[in-house]
Amino acid sequence: MRKPPKPKAAFFDFTDCEGCQLQFANMGETLLELTELVDIVNFREIMSEAGEDYDVAFIEGSITTDTDVKRIKRIREKAKVIIALGSCATIAGVNGIKNRSPLDLAKQRVYGDKADTVNTIKAMPVHEVVKVDYFINGCPVYIPEVISVIKCVLMGKPYPVPNYPVCVECKMNENVCRYEKDQECLGPLTRAGCNSWCVNYGNKCYGCRGLVENPAVNGQKDILLKYGLKIEDILNNFTLYNDSLGEKYDPEFK
Amino acid sequence: MTPNSSKQAYSKDVKVDVHYLTRVEGHGNIVVDVKDGRLTKCEFQVIESPRFFESMLVDRSIWEAQHITSRICGICACGHSLASVKAGEDALGIKPSEDTILLRKLLLYAEALDSHILHIYVLVAPDLLGVKSIMPLIKTDKPIVEMALRMKRMSDYAGEVLAGRHIHPISFVIGGLTQMPSQDGLEKLYKLMLDSRKDTDETLKIFKKLKFPEFQRPTQYMSLASDEEYAFYDGDLVVNGGSKTRVRNYKQLFTETVVDYSRAKIATINNKPYAVGALSRFNNNFEKLNKKAKAASAELGLKAPCHNPYLNTVAQLVEWVHCLEESIAIMEKILKNGLDEKKVVVSSWPKRSQIGKIKYKPNTGIACVEVPRGSLFHEYSINESGHITQANCVIPTNQNMGNLEEDMRQLVPLVLGKKTQEEITLDMEMLARSYDPCISCSTHLLDVKFV
Repeated sequence: MRKPPKPKAAFFDFTDCEGCQLQFANMGETLLELTELVDIVNFREIMSEAGEDYDVAFIEGSITTDTDVKRIKRIREKAKVIIALGSCATIAGVNGIKNRSPLDLAKQRVYGDKADTVNTIKAMPVHEVVKVDYFINGCPVYIPEVISVIKCVLMGKPYPVPNYPVCVECKMNENVCRYEKDQECLGPLTRAGCNSWCVNYGNKCYGCRGLVENPAVNGQKDILLKYGLKIEDILNNFTLYNDSLGEKYDPEFK
Repeated sequence: MTPNSSKQAYSKDVKVDVHYLTRVEGHGNIVVDVKDGRLTKCEFQVIESPRFFESMLVDRSIWEAQHITSRICGICACGHSLASVKAGEDALGIKPSEDTILLRKLLLYAEALDSHILHIYVLVAPDLLGVKSIMPLIKTDKPIVEMALRMKRMSDYAGEVLAGRHIHPISFVIGGLTQMPSQDGLEKLYKLMLDSRKDTDETLKIFKKLKFPEFQRPTQYMSLASDEEYAFYDGDLVVNGGSKTRVRNYKQLFTETVVDYSRAKIATINNKPYAVGALSRFNNNFEKLNKKAKAASAELGLKAPCHNPYLNTVAQLVEWVHCLEESIAIMEKILKNGLDEKKVVVSSWPKRSQIGKIKYKPNTGIACVEVPRGSLFHEYSINESGHITQANCVIPTNQNMGNLEEDMRQLVPLVLGKKTQEEITLDMEMLARSYDPCISCSTHLLDVKFV
């Protein structure tokens, strides 16, 4: 029986640190196995070949300039499937902090009197500009989840991003709750799928995977107030990754 | 890549226009314009979208700085984290324990190993072998590709055991670690490191045979230097082995200037460009290399001082040997003596019960570490609530930019009339790649003057 043709995959990075693409390079032998199932035709960080004919486009990074907007629209026209890779692409990530202050102030702070020459717009996740077919959350992406998503793409199935909080995975990993350890944590409101990576290594959850769809905001608020934290402190925690959602969540706290 | 190639060889008019240089981290263009044999334009343009990190840091808590600045770059995440943590400690007056510093050095070596091997095999080797990427080598030289990935995997695993992951490390924070590395993990890592010695010997044999372009241009080489060791984690700044400048006074040593074609600043010492990175460290600190690294440099024919920028990749390979052996020595010490958990483990933020009780003094913290591409500086000023009022990050790639352009200006006339436009384009690309530019880092950008 003839093998079906391998799908062609391309990687494109926008405004980000390129760490999620590097997670691919870090797959080691798994990457070699992947190349048996998928033809990687465009991956600027590690290849000079630049194929313009692709089926699947992995998009890393946020959309932050007019040029980015035009570029992502061109990619959408060509690709059958678009996968948003990492926090910057799925929820605007730390780039979203930029949206907290007026753009003119941010430009002036960084570029001084050359501020006018800088092309920048609000930091946006990819789906604010074009349709996205698959979301791989996380800063950086968690490789076991990446592999699950790629399997779904190859089988033509949707991948539902977990819509329950990190606490579910954290409990299964038998971590002591951060609140019990006199610390704070965004686990109760953040989408799972990372296997509570940061808490497993003694840190807390910073909310990099975005918030669950119906977070128990009041529950979290009660917890934090019980432990003596001010609402402003809580809101500041949310703004680390979830600022593009800030407008949606701020009023719920106020 | 769209080299604007002309079929006519040896022309007096050459136009190199590499849009989106490949096999580097981030987005950069190379533009060279020669008219009638005269060089009219020679630029390395950083066109990465600006990211505004220094603006983003303003008003954030000092306890958040490591988490945020790690996100400047996926490749140098451990270096940014450590520069940030050290600068935060400098601002807060916190001193980490000796065991913590030992683990930090190990993490820094792991990052050098990881980044160097990626650069050596995946980004540079394809040019030397006449292919466009590592992909065709998977078919033609699978055992070598597998070896490269195995070496990469070892160094990446080091990040995983020590910090939870290499890209955006989890457990390295101000004051210490949020959790001890597991004993099982350390033992497995130690074994992998010992195994890597064989791959290292094999790699040295391969690279000994590869031919790098000939080009000599002495310049100013800046790096950290220390009396105690081949400096990565700590030390003073030196240029060409000369007098020492304290890191705290870095602004007196070099200055950064804005150029309008690039999203990164050009740095100079005494109004002249300078280089940072493996070759600078090698030139300044050759004597401090361990025995195996010195033997490797002899085997590869690399002598200090070396003035060929293309050989930065070879200096990286010498550093790979040095960092591997230093890591093995630290691992043996740790596995033999253990680590004092009480002196290492801290929480990533002040505990809830301490919030509001901690007194902060307005202060400025400055730190420098050697990351794969050179000296990295972080500086933060904090106010009486522990929030950042001003931030500055000086990135190796920005410091190298002026030096790379000067190399290009000197190299173009040497090859003009002798090589085709296509060959010149490849020369320029390889030259830029040899610096291992990290463009995401470079666009963190400029000083923040907070008014």
